[in-house]
Amino acid sequence: MAIPKVIGVETEYGISGGPGRDPILASSILVNTYAQQSRTSINWDFDAESPGMDARGFPSLTSLAPIVETHLANTVLPNGARFYVDHAHPEYSSPECRTPIEAVLYDLAGEEVLRRAVLSGNTTLTPDDQIVVYKNNSDGKGNSYGCHENYLLNRSLDFVDVVKAMVPHFVSRQIICGAGKVGAETDVGQATSPPFQLSQRSEFFEEIVGLETTLKRPIINTRDEPHGDAERFRRLHVIVGDANMSQVATFVKVGSTALLLAALEDWGASIFPASPRQPVRALHQFSLDTSLETTVMCDDGQQLSAWDFQDQLWELARRYANAKDTSSVGDEHEVEEILREWREMLDGVRDDRAGVADRVDWIAKQRLVEGYAERHNLGPTDARLRAIDLQYHDLRPEKSLSNRAGLRELWKKSEVLAAVFDPPTGTRAYFRGRCVSKYSDQIAAANWDSVVFDLGGDPLQRVPMMDPLRGTAALTQELLDRCPTAGELLAALDA
Amino acid sequence: MSEQEQKRKQRTERSTETSDLTEETSVATPKAEQLKSDLDDLLDEIDEVLEDNAEEFVRNYVQKGGQ
Repeated sequence: MAIPKVIGVETEYGISGGPGRDPILASSILVNTYAQQSRTSINWDFDAESPGMDARGFPSLTSLAPIVETHLANTVLPNGARFYVDHAHPEYSSPECRTPIEAVLYDLAGEEVLRRAVLSGNTTLTPDDQIVVYKNNSDGKGNSYGCHENYLLNRSLDFVDVVKAMVPHFVSRQIICGAGKVGAETDVGQATSPPFQLSQRSEFFEEIVGLETTLKRPIINTRDEPHGDAERFRRLHVIVGDANMSQVATFVKVGSTALLLAALEDWGASIFPASPRQPVRALHQFSLDTSLETTVMCDDGQQLSAWDFQDQLWELARRYANAKDTSSVGDEHEVEEILREWREMLDGVRDDRAGVADRVDWIAKQRLVEGYAERHNLGPTDARLRAIDLQYHDLRPEKSLSNRAGLRELWKKSEVLAAVFDPPTGTRAYFRGRCVSKYSDQIAAANWDSVVFDLGGDPLQRVPMMDPLRGTAALTQELLDRCPTAGELLAALDA
Repeated sequence: MSEQEQKRKQRTERSTETSDLTEETSVATPKAEQLKSDLDDLLDEIDEVLEDNAEEFVRNYVQKGGQ
C-alpha cells in the first residue's frame, strides 16, 4: 500500500528594489520585519540538514553539494512553514500538507506572507527603495530560481524506478502546468527564437539525474534528505516545475504527481510509459513548441508528443484510482477532482484553449501577450510584452496581471488568511506550528523534524518528529490545549 | 470529513450553480464574442496598470540565480 504522500511546496520569489538594490539585504528585510511583526521569531535549526546526501546511495564526488547558508535570516511561522533567505531570494517553504488541495492552500498562504512582508518591510524604506516581489522563476536574462515540490515516498522504493517512472511526467506536465514565458534566455532556448514558450524553467535543465539545484540542474534531483526517519522514508525533491499563479494548475501539478507516485509504489515502474531517449532535449523541445505537435523518440521506439505522454499517464492514474485505495493522496472526492481537472486541461490545451484560459497559466498569459501585441501592433521582442510577462507574477493586487486574467479560485480569501496562521492538521506541521504560536518564548529553534525548547536553567530539550504523520491535531491537539507552558508540555510528553 | 473538506464541497456545489447561470446567459451572448469582449476589457486594464517605462522596467529586473 502506497504511503501517504505528505507534500510541501517551496517557492523562491523574485525580488526587486531595496537599499542599494542588494537582493540579499532586501530579502533579509522582508523576513526580519515579518518575523517581528508577527511576534514570532523562532530560529531555524540546521543540525539535521544534510543536503549533500545523494539518493543514489553514495556521497557525490563529481558534483558540488548545495551550500546551506546559516547566517541569513530564517524563521518558522505559526502555520508550520519556513520563511527565510535562500541565496538571494526570499523563500517560503510550505508546511507539510496531507493532500494536494491542502498544498494549494498553503502555497497561497505563502503568497499572503510575502505580501504582508513586503508591506511591513516597505514601511521602513524610502519611496525609491520600495521592494516588489514576483512569484516567477526567471529574470529573462538567464537567471533562474525555483519552485520545488516535495513528496514523501516509501524508503523501499528503488530510486532507479523513481527515475524510470517519473521522467515522462516531468518532461511533459508543462503542457498543462507551465507558467509561460515571453522569448527565451539560454543558448538552447534562443536557438529557435520562440516568441513564447510553455515554461519559465524548462530551458535551464541540463541533466537527467543529479544532486545540484543551482548549476547543471537535473530533471530528477537526488538530494536524499528525508527530514524524517531515513529507514522508512524518502523525500522526492522535484525541482523541475514552474511557480503557478493558477490555483488549479498547482492543484493538478501536485495532484497528478502524487497520484503517479502512489501508483509507482503500489504497481512498480513497469506500467509507466517508456522515457524519451533524450529526456533533457525533450523537456526543452516540448517547452519551445506551443503547437504541442513535437514528438520525441522513446526508449521503446515509439514517437510521442508531450500530449501523448500526459494522455497515457492520465489513463494510468485513472486505472489506478479505479483499482486501488487512493487515500494516500486524498479522499475519493479530491482524487476525482484531480483526475477531472487534469483531463479537462489536457483536452483543452489541444482542442479548446480559450476554454482552459481560466486555469492553464501559459495560456492565460499568452492570451494577454498576443492580445496586447495585436492591439498595439507590437513585434515579438517588444519590451512591453516582457513587462506583461513579469507583471503576470507581481504579487501586488494593484499591479498583478494574473489577478485580472480571470483565473478560477479553489480557496476563498478568508480561508487563505486563516492558513497564514493555522497549521495543517494532518501532519507534524500541526505540532510545530502550534508550539511556535503558543510557546514562542520558550522555543530555541525548530526545523522540519524537531522542535528545540529552552526552559531556562536546564539544557535545551529537543522533541524529535521523525515521522511526518505524527504530531497531527488528532494526536496532539488535546495535549497542546491543556498545557499552558512548554514545561508542562514536555512533562506530559515524558509521561 | 474535516471542516475544510466540507467547506470545499459546499463551494464546489456553489460554483456549479454559478456556472449553470453563466450557461443560461451565454445563450444570449455567443461564447466567442463574450471571450473577445472579456479580453478587450482586460487589455484596457493592462494599458492602465502596465509599468510606465516597460523598457527600463524589464532591463532593471535582474536576479541572482537561485536553486
